[in-house]
Amino acid sequence: MVVYAELILHFSLHLSFERAAPMRVTVIDYKAGNLTSVLKTLRHLGAEPIVTDGDLALVESAERIVLPGVGHFAATERLDATGLTSAIRAAIARGVPFLGICVGMQWLYAGSSEAPSQPGLEHFADSCARFSESQEKVPHVGWNSLEIRASSRLLAGVEPGEHVYFTHSYKAPVTADTAAVTHYIEPFAAAVERGNVMGVQFHPEKSSATGLKILGNFLKWEGAE
Amino acid sequence: MITKRIIACLDCHAGRVVKGVQFVDIIDAGDPAALAARHAREGADEIVLLDITATHEGRQTLLDTVRRTARELFVPFCVGGGIRTADDAAQVFEAGADKVSVNSAALADPTLIDAIGRSFGAQAVVVAIDARRDPQAADPVRDAQVFVQGGRRPAGRCVVEWAREAEDRGAGEILLTSMNSDGMRTGFDCELTAAVSEAVGIPVIASGGAGTVAHFVDVFGRGKADAALAASIFHFGVSSARDLKLQLSTAGVSVRLPC
Repeated sequence: MVVYAELILHFSLHLSFERAAPMRVTVIDYKAGNLTSVLKTLRHLGAEPIVTDGDLALVESAERIVLPGVGHFAATERLDATGLTSAIRAAIARGVPFLGICVGMQWLYAGSSEAPSQPGLEHFADSCARFSESQEKVPHVGWNSLEIRASSRLLAGVEPGEHVYFTHSYKAPVTADTAAVTHYIEPFAAAVERGNVMGVQFHPEKSSATGLKILGNFLKWEGAE
Repeated sequence: MITKRIIACLDCHAGRVVKGVQFVDIIDAGDPAALAARHAREGADEIVLLDITATHEGRQTLLDTVRRTARELFVPFCVGGGIRTADDAAQVFEAGADKVSVNSAALADPTLIDAIGRSFGAQAVVVAIDARRDPQAADPVRDAQVFVQGGRRPAGRCVVEWAREAEDRGAGEILLTSMNSDGMRTGFDCELTAAVSEAVGIPVIASGGAGTVAHFVDVFGRGKADAALAASIFHFGVSSARDLKLQLSTAGVSVRLPC
């Protein structure tokens, strides 16, 4: 009986996918940590993640790109070595919506003091740096709140005081492109947004309902204004 | 403002959640995937799943449990128990964990901490320390000893010194369990937690002894904990993470609310 019910469920899911093709998201794997959480969350939101660690055609045909990232900035060297950096740069120039998460956001800047010899994409001019020395602990681990700039599309619908989950030791400065500011030791960019390029320092895939809303905004977003 | 985390802990044995008192007298408390989802829904900031009797035969059960638990969980998820090599860790990550907690194996070979950190980042490595103090010791806090194998054997290391080494090797967090307090519901070991928290620059999760809201207020204040773990306080409907956090907020502790 249970097996029968599962078959029906499977069949009806299959039909619903045929009716509305799931949104394809190219997820870049540069061997820095674990993609499972991001992939699982994208699937939960109805998207179909396609992972590439160097197949440039998948970037060239991408409808949307997510660059996740946990770990060390130096790992982004692989993006250069595989040609992914150039392919992503071209995709961004075509207007493909792009979301960088954690180190994936930091990579959008000129670089990071975590790996000074490794350049970033330089889509945003500034560089990332370690939190200043203080009494507070580094890494910044845990749930913190967002001060959201009203114009943010990525963070639309997120109420003041909603919390998201962070785990990082390096951070981007607050500039005109900053979409949300978080305070820990000093104010830093929790989210950045310009045109079709967005980044979040926190982990939306680990930030409960708030995170799902933010990833959902990215998936629903129609294109540059 | 960064908030203090309330972490729900699921001690698992053979795919079921169990709860012991001072590491023995184990009783059944339910299905891990269902309980993890419930805790997350009820406001837990993070879920820790500890396989307390990990054996070689149990590995597949654990990976299945992790996969099932992670599927619909959108808060940080840490898994520990029986992780002896970087390969073991890789399998647990692949199954859907965001962090692994290492204990006995890291004491046997501390380079395990470096190895997992190199592949998955420091944020993914939690070093769990089971601590026992001897009330007769000259300095019960400084002399507190690390125990391994589920608390069965002393490791011959002092807690504070081992926590420092773990940090130097690239641990992202310390999960400190007081064996004296575990399951007793008489409060966390605030003195030992504060000693460890002051000795390291990484977050410390306090564990063992939660029984009342006041215990949490105490460990976040006097104990200088960055997060606190609770198992038995939730499992039997004593309280939810949300209830706990509402009361903590009233007491002046910064927590994630609404949640």
